[in-house]
Amino acid sequence: MAAVDVIPTVSEETNLLRFITCGSVDDGKSTLLGRLLYDAGMVPEDQLAALARDSRKLHADAPDALDFSLLTDGLDAERQQGITIDVAYRYFHTSRRSFIVADCPGHEQYTRNMATGASTAQLAVVLVDARKGLLPQTRRHSYICALMGIRQVVLAVNKMDLVDCREDIYAAIAHEYRELAVQLGITTVHCLPVVAPTGDNVGKPSTRMPWYQGPTLVELLEAADTAVAQGVDFRMPVQWVNRPDASFRGYAGTICGGKLAVGAEVVVQPAMRRARVERIVTADGDLQEATVGQAVTLTLDREIDVSRGDVIADALRPAPVADQFAAHILWMGDEPLLPNRAYWLKIGSRTVNARVTSIKHKVDVNTQAELAARRLDLNEVGYCNIDLDHAIAFESYEANRTLGAFILIDRTTNATVGCGMLDFALRRATNVHWQHTDLNKDARSVSKGQQPRCLWFTGLSGAGKSTIANLVERRLHSLGYHTYMLDGDNLRHGLNKDLGFTPEARVENVRRVAEVAHLMVDAGLIVLVCVISPFQSERRFARSLFGQGEFVEVFVDTTLEECERRDPKGLYRKARAGEILTFTGIDSPYEVPDDAELRLRTSGLRPEQLAEQVVEQLLSGQTDSRH
Amino acid sequence: MSHLDALEAESIHIFRETAAAFERPVMLYSIGKDSSVLLHLLRKAFYPARPPMPLLHVDTTWKFREMIAFREQVAADGDVEVLVHINEDGVRQGISPLTHGSAVHTDVMKTVALKQALDKYAFDAAIGGARRDEEKSRAKERVFSFRNAQHRWDPKQQRPELWHTFNTQIQKGESVRVFPLSNWTEMDVWHYIRREGIPVVPLYFAKPRPVVEREGALIMVDDERFTLREGEKVEMRDVRFRTLGCYPLTGAVESTADTLDKIIDEMAASRSSERQGRVIDNDGNASMERKKQEGYF
Repeated sequence: MAAVDVIPTVSEETNLLRFITCGSVDDGKSTLLGRLLYDAGMVPEDQLAALARDSRKLHADAPDALDFSLLTDGLDAERQQGITIDVAYRYFHTSRRSFIVADCPGHEQYTRNMATGASTAQLAVVLVDARKGLLPQTRRHSYICALMGIRQVVLAVNKMDLVDCREDIYAAIAHEYRELAVQLGITTVHCLPVVAPTGDNVGKPSTRMPWYQGPTLVELLEAADTAVAQGVDFRMPVQWVNRPDASFRGYAGTICGGKLAVGAEVVVQPAMRRARVERIVTADGDLQEATVGQAVTLTLDREIDVSRGDVIADALRPAPVADQFAAHILWMGDEPLLPNRAYWLKIGSRTVNARVTSIKHKVDVNTQAELAARRLDLNEVGYCNIDLDHAIAFESYEANRTLGAFILIDRTTNATVGCGMLDFALRRATNVHWQHTDLNKDARSVSKGQQPRCLWFTGLSGAGKSTIANLVERRLHSLGYHTYMLDGDNLRHGLNKDLGFTPEARVENVRRVAEVAHLMVDAGLIVLVCVISPFQSERRFARSLFGQGEFVEVFVDTTLEECERRDPKGLYRKARAGEILTFTGIDSPYEVPDDAELRLRTSGLRPEQLAEQVVEQLLSGQTDSRH
Repeated sequence: MSHLDALEAESIHIFRETAAAFERPVMLYSIGKDSSVLLHLLRKAFYPARPPMPLLHVDTTWKFREMIAFREQVAADGDVEVLVHINEDGVRQGISPLTHGSAVHTDVMKTVALKQALDKYAFDAAIGGARRDEEKSRAKERVFSFRNAQHRWDPKQQRPELWHTFNTQIQKGESVRVFPLSNWTEMDVWHYIRREGIPVVPLYFAKPRPVVEREGALIMVDDERFTLREGEKVEMRDVRFRTLGCYPLTGAVESTADTLDKIIDEMAASRSSERQGRVIDNDGNASMERKKQEGYF
């Protein structure tokens, strides 16, 4: 059982396999991985000494046995809890191949970490405890592997010694797993029986299970297919524009599909500008040809507009372009995904605004049953329609792992809250074209002699939004401005009467009001919007619809105590009595704006004085062209 | 594609993403072999343009003299700006690894100094040469690793990192640490240095050097600040270094490997890990993780 004496050398020309290990808590995943590193001769002497010392400390009953799981359980918190809570990457090589392993946690609540590990992997090693057989988690992990595009799995049936190395038990588990794999679209499955602590069938064939004649785990990993879905058509997202001086303009990026030769005709997407490739530049000299995976810099034969986020593609076989998609989303945020809330979406090197317009269904990750859903919680998978504010070049995830994959970023916290795999463009995007109109906003506002604006009044119920806005509108009207007031309460009698007061409905409410305000600004009007709009991300979304300086956020800052004292509609009293649920300020949060153009501290001031502050702010921005 | 080509392309992708997404990126330059590889990749990533970011060396004033000479040579190449920062407060207090021990010295002259420099220049992305194979807590580090405005790392609040689609969004005052060599091993680094002919500090190659045996480590006597304890004597031995840091904290290994080929052969036969020679890692269990939370690289 001694480790090999010499670390196997790896030549410079061996290739690379990335794989993940997954299994349930206590399946022995860390032990198997530790054993793999040990058998590959990757555990240096000083680490081995530390391992022996730690093993003795933890297992007084078996002082001479090595606990291989200690090699890979990294963080302090994990050592205390005895579980792996985050993805850890390990590196080893044999004489035939280099490996990067993502050690993926088995604990139920960390599905997102598994997806993270799976996203770059070409193969998954799925562990099963021979005593327990397939568990709901086995199915869940395999589903996520399949969802993330892994098409080859090694099923390691572990702890065979605890079932007396019985072939029938192994065969039943292997059979059941192969059936599952077929359902999930995993095309290549290898099964083998192992005993991780002693290394049976890990690095060497087991003498205890002569009925298994197949390859060891190491041999399977050395022989696995290293290709990932990258398509055959040339694709390169532009990361960075290289402009050292006036004589050179190159587009730097990593080729994510197909190959390219000098002279090839390409198209820059989504704008569809065509050019020919003049040079393929690298620091090691120009190339005549380049292929998927290479980081290069291209120059083109003519000056066209290309910037970061564009995709350079084969001109004869360009990528589809769209702004509406169907996609699977795996939610990783602590706050739920709400339809119509705006998020940043990053795909390739492009970042755009995105909203999930509908959740068609969520997927029970244990059974793959489709369930109705109005939101996605942490670790849930949904099949969703997505709407972007810009058209992008894309591929289905099945065809291309770069141009079919995106992450979602919370606009307030900047956290990565979701990941998604694109399926196809929605027909609507290709069939509903933007109708061009001859008259535009500028023309319409010139004829009104004013700069259109959206004055967005936000604040608690009873803060005085409508009262102040009403005074502002009267004053503007008397000065000859063209205005319109959109009051949240009034709109709920018509446009928004189908919406309730759940967080999801509040998001949709604000989205509709913002879109209507946007239309009215486009018509050249000064629009006054009064909605509680309690969430920062919705106010930011509203702002994003408008041009620079068009959106004026007015925070009507009245304390909760004061609003409650006034209680003009008797709503606070009802909310306190439990007759109204999810009432802002009582049992639903109000996120105080930190980027409002104007903050009206209402305490001690009359509404007329406050209205005058708003009018002043507005008129200071009006370059008056009126008579 | 060979695995070295794949690693090189991945690192170049990370460099370019950093330059494009951040306003004031910097590359931390520690003068060691990993920094040499980083610098080589930095030049490659932006060729034919000059690197669009400066290098920053946090100088503890206790580096080997040959390291400083090497740094000056890099600065003399002229294609990239080399910034040097020293914690002058620490110098005034006379902080020294010999009298204050490795923990205090590292905190004041490295961790605090690094934070001072990042604040001084308002860098929002700092590229470093750390690799995941170096140490257990590094194995879970992200490629783009988020730091709050106090430069702290929270291992429980790390952003999930999928594909090569990196989340580069931060608020003002926050920053990221970026690790383009995350997926490289020590062996990959040496293979790449040999393949690309990258210059490294001569201390990596064996030759007779004056060393003292202290607490089980071979410490090189690099200047007159090193004082001998009772019973210690300076000997000339054939040694080299696997990692480079502050000379009183860096143990040499006895070796005759004086070429790259010999170093690689020696490593293939070696049975001890790279950071073993570093005194800093042994200040208590999981000490690297704690240092990282406090802002150490």
